[in-house]
Amino acid sequence: MNWQLGTVVELREETERVTSIVLRLPEWAGHRAGQHVDVRLTAEDGYQAQRSYSIASAPDDDDLVLTVERIEDGEVSSYLVGELRAGDELELRGPIGGYFVWEGALGGPLVLLAGGSGIAPLRAMLRHHRATGSTVPVRLLYSARAERELIFRDELARAGDGGTVDVRFTLTREQPPDWSGYGRRIDRELIADVAWPPDERPLVYVCGPTGFVEAAADALVSLGHDPGRIRTERFGPTGS
Amino acid sequence: MHISRGFHGRRREDSEPGRVPPGQYVTGDFPVLSAGPTPRVQLESWTFALRGEIDEPRSWSWDELQALPREEITVDIHCVTKWSKLDTVWTGVSIDTLLEGVDTAAEHVLVVCDGGYTTNLPLEDLTGGRAWLAYGYDHEPLDPEHGGPVRLLVPHLYFWKSAKWVRGLELRIDDEAGFWESYGYHNYGDPWREQRYAGD
Repeated sequence: MNWQLGTVVELREETERVTSIVLRLPEWAGHRAGQHVDVRLTAEDGYQAQRSYSIASAPDDDDLVLTVERIEDGEVSSYLVGELRAGDELELRGPIGGYFVWEGALGGPLVLLAGGSGIAPLRAMLRHHRATGSTVPVRLLYSARAERELIFRDELARAGDGGTVDVRFTLTREQPPDWSGYGRRIDRELIADVAWPPDERPLVYVCGPTGFVEAAADALVSLGHDPGRIRTERFGPTGS
Repeated sequence: MHISRGFHGRRREDSEPGRVPPGQYVTGDFPVLSAGPTPRVQLESWTFALRGEIDEPRSWSWDELQALPREEITVDIHCVTKWSKLDTVWTGVSIDTLLEGVDTAAEHVLVVCDGGYTTNLPLEDLTGGRAWLAYGYDHEPLDPEHGGPVRLLVPHLYFWKSAKWVRGLELRIDDEAGFWESYGYHNYGDPWREQRYAGD
């Protein structure tokens, strides 16, 4: 898998700490929704640093989008969210990972559970679902600490049509006065409320920080969901 | 080489030069990466098996494993997702101990685990004091999140080879790709040669 250069065509500030990097990649051979890339930065003296980032765009989108959260003291993320400018070139390789992916042939019904910036690969799946006109029923639950930390909020809310695609939010720390979504951390009850029952054998994707993913996956298993139908991606700060 | 405009990076002050493989950074955390839910295992029914191309299959219960000679192992570990963790301390049993007296023509191993995870590696890499069944981390029982009750520990390869929730080794004449190896990750996974993905 070769390294290639992409041009940053746009930077979208999603939240205070999260930016979407829109890249044009002349050599990109396509990806599947849920996959990630490795990004490599090189300093003038040849020093390099690499990190992995999920792809937030669908295979059907024109440009590749990486949605990056700036981690406190993050060597690479603080460059990508802060220093990088439109017109810069960024070196990456991919796509990587073939398990945490969704495409129509895998069917459903689909349950997507996102914590924080873990929404990125699930957003790719949701966009792919829409772009291909899939009739697979989807339920998405997105957990963030506060309203201002919700990424893609408007887009996700619009995607929820109350029919095939059902989108819900939970805010775990601060809820605005007129908040109509959930207001607590993910737990067994919340998942039972959102997900299809185990006997419908939903295909479940969980992505977020370790604590979120462990809680969600444990709750799913305890409700009787088949562990073999639960795919997880755990990530988040791996500080000092 | 493409220079990233405005990137200076953080030079490695956290370890001596040459200690960390190319493309890796040092973390003090112990990140968790797994493809599915964490299996919860009852120790009473836990067993570890050697099977496949072997004169006689062997198996150990939890108590039998505990009765085998234990070693304390201090090693650096390297995850393909770029983090490395230095001087991690494990307690476990050398795979050499389990293979004592085993007669096999096998050259490959498929590691099998709770939850259906598998990984493959050459039998040679599990011998010579380079691999263990680890049940302790930092002088405590190994957390389920990190592979407890027992995980494989093969620190000279990328850490996905150190399979969590390990239940057995299938000794094989031919090589069979494991879980991540089937999804484009490198078949061998030497961090010092940066063998992350197929073709590296």
